Amino acid sequence: MSNLFPKSANKLPLQILVYLFFVGGLATAGITYYATNSYANVGYAPVQPVPFSHALHAGQLGLDCRYCHSNVEKSGHANVPTAQTCMNCHNQIKVDSPLLAPVRDSYASGDPVPWIKIHQAPDYVYFNHSVHVARGVSCVSCHGAINQMDVVHQDKSLTMSFCLDCHRAPEKFIRDPKLVTNLDWKHPEGESAQVEQGKKFVHDWNVKPPQSCSGCHR
Amino acid sequence: MSQVQTSVATQAILDEVKPAVLPRPVLVENNRSHAWITDKVCGVIEGKTPLWWWICFAVASAVASCSVIGFAYLVSTGVGVWGHANPVNWAWDIINFVFWVGIAHAGTLISAILCLARQNWRTSINRTAEAMTIFSVACAGLFPALHVGRVWLAVLPGYLFPAPNANGIWPNFRSALEWDVFAVSTYGSVSVLFWYVGLIPDLGTLRDRFFKRGDKIRSAIYGFFAMGWRGSNRHWVNHEMAYLLLAGISTLMVVSVCTIVSFDFATSLIPGWHTTIFPPYFVSGAIYSGFAMVLTLLLPMRAIFKFEDLITAYHIDCLCKITLVMGTLVGYAYLMEFVIAWYGANPNEGFTFVNRTFGLYSWAYWIMFTCNVVTPQFLWFKKVRANFAWVFILTIFINIGMWFERFVIIVTSLARDFLPSSWGYYSPSIVEILTFFGTFGVFSVLFLLFIRLLPIIPMAEVKSVTPQADVHGKHS
Repeated sequence: MSNLFPKSANKLPLQILVYLFFVGGLATAGITYYATNSYANVGYAPVQPVPFSHALHAGQLGLDCRYCHSNVEKSGHANVPTAQTCMNCHNQIKVDSPLLAPVRDSYASGDPVPWIKIHQAPDYVYFNHSVHVARGVSCVSCHGAINQMDVVHQDKSLTMSFCLDCHRAPEKFIRDPKLVTNLDWKHPEGESAQVEQGKKFVHDWNVKPPQSCSGCHR
Repeated sequence: MSQVQTSVATQAILDEVKPAVLPRPVLVENNRSHAWITDKVCGVIEGKTPLWWWICFAVASAVASCSVIGFAYLVSTGVGVWGHANPVNWAWDIINFVFWVGIAHAGTLISAILCLARQNWRTSINRTAEAMTIFSVACAGLFPALHVGRVWLAVLPGYLFPAPNANGIWPNFRSALEWDVFAVSTYGSVSVLFWYVGLIPDLGTLRDRFFKRGDKIRSAIYGFFAMGWRGSNRHWVNHEMAYLLLAGISTLMVVSVCTIVSFDFATSLIPGWHTTIFPPYFVSGAIYSGFAMVLTLLLPMRAIFKFEDLITAYHIDCLCKITLVMGTLVGYAYLMEFVIAWYGANPNEGFTFVNRTFGLYSWAYWIMFTCNVVTPQFLWFKKVRANFAWVFILTIFINIGMWFERFVIIVTSLARDFLPSSWGYYSPSIVEILTFFGTFGVFSVLFLLFIRLLPIIPMAEVKSVTPQADVHGKHS
């Protein structure tokens, strides 16, 4: 019987375990990389038809978010501005810039600029911007520091657990609705003061973020 | 096993009473030698694949394809292809699950409880019974996994098994269905381990025999799974300890798994389900159906392979007696449910049982009652127990009856609950019927592979209960 298996076969169980560990790790990494849902695509920063810089407009110039995304307080959908909004200024500034040609074309023709959508809530999720803005959930909570981005990228995972992190503990995030578009604002007295103030808001405004399935999957 | 030590006083009484000496029936007939046992059992694997095996395998595969097609259709189309809808939202999926998981229990009882109770007659049948357990659990597991429709969700972390996931959700630990996930998966894995540990010495035997015949490939395959078994003293000590520990763990599962399965129903508020009798009722039903299935499988196998000397008439007799006990317990539970419904004086509960017996589904109730309560009564007679054709037919009826038991419990209670406005009638779709029919093929394919590739009788264990292994006559 001595020559059925070589002596090295004694190491086989350990080798198999190590092998399985690597294969398992590789499979997990592969699935994580290739099978992650597209809505959770953190860092997604497509090249837009116009190299619009939020860092310049919202950061340096200090335009309020709502100057362009004007319906965000009233509508479930936060609108992307029409070319007319752009032309309010750009009929005076950089009127001949070749980079703005698509905006001028759109203004003339009425066809929208083909912006590429970055933040995509899946069709099976109901999300309402106005409800969140009205109860003091800042733009920065979901979109990140847009006012510092030259090219907008997806900053948060926007997975279900991302939503639930806030729905389960809204006091950590909500602020005075007046400060919603102030993306640099943090509670001046630190995190514990934020939670304390947040709890007061949750109580006073009767904030009850839904945690049942049908709250968002209607 | 050492002889019972008796005190002087006891001995005096025994001397006076002179109890009759009842010889235990031999477990291997015709005083077969150890070499004969090895040759007989290994011969099945070493011989040429018989024609009947190929025919059975082809038929079983064809039947199994019904399940494959049924499940593929379900997953690609949606759960609507099955017949259940309001108010009967649970139907053949859970009926078939409970049916198969129940059958599994006999294997565990034979290998674990009878091992701890030192019932030596278990030795020649436990391998087959455990194989039946594993394959039944596999068939049972198909239904809960696939009834969700989107099966990939069932394997993702957070849906069935608790693990951190991107959806931030967690299974509900207060739900009996979640307990089921743990109960059945633990049951499946422990059963596989138990079976495998028992197989190791026999795999070593096969490795050596194939090596001697010069079949290097098979020798290496069996040798790989024998994990270097040499039959040394130290190997045997470790093996027996591992086997004993697994027997202890499995013993708990004989009782716990079907108890938890019964909680799926007992923890709800539906009349006919919400009863405390459910755990023992389900456990005895499970063991009952399992013993019937063991007999259904063993009798043809014994005849085909001419194992009459190893699986003796005494073995069949023992199995029949346990089947009779369990069948009678199940019959008692059926009647006791009526007593409780009457004594509890709850009008809904009372109505449920009257409706079961005389309502729209009374045909199912009476099939169940006849098959499960009347059939086993024939086993009181020694002549019936010794007539294997009869035993085989009776066990088929019990198998049918136990499937109908689950049908009656699940469907009648849902079809007629509290509100007459939400009453309904359930009938299965052709997809459900074919899917269930196919699981018999899945089971048969696995079982046929088992009898072709593995020693169906645990050689080492059978040898240990022969007189040759007991030269000093001290083993009980």
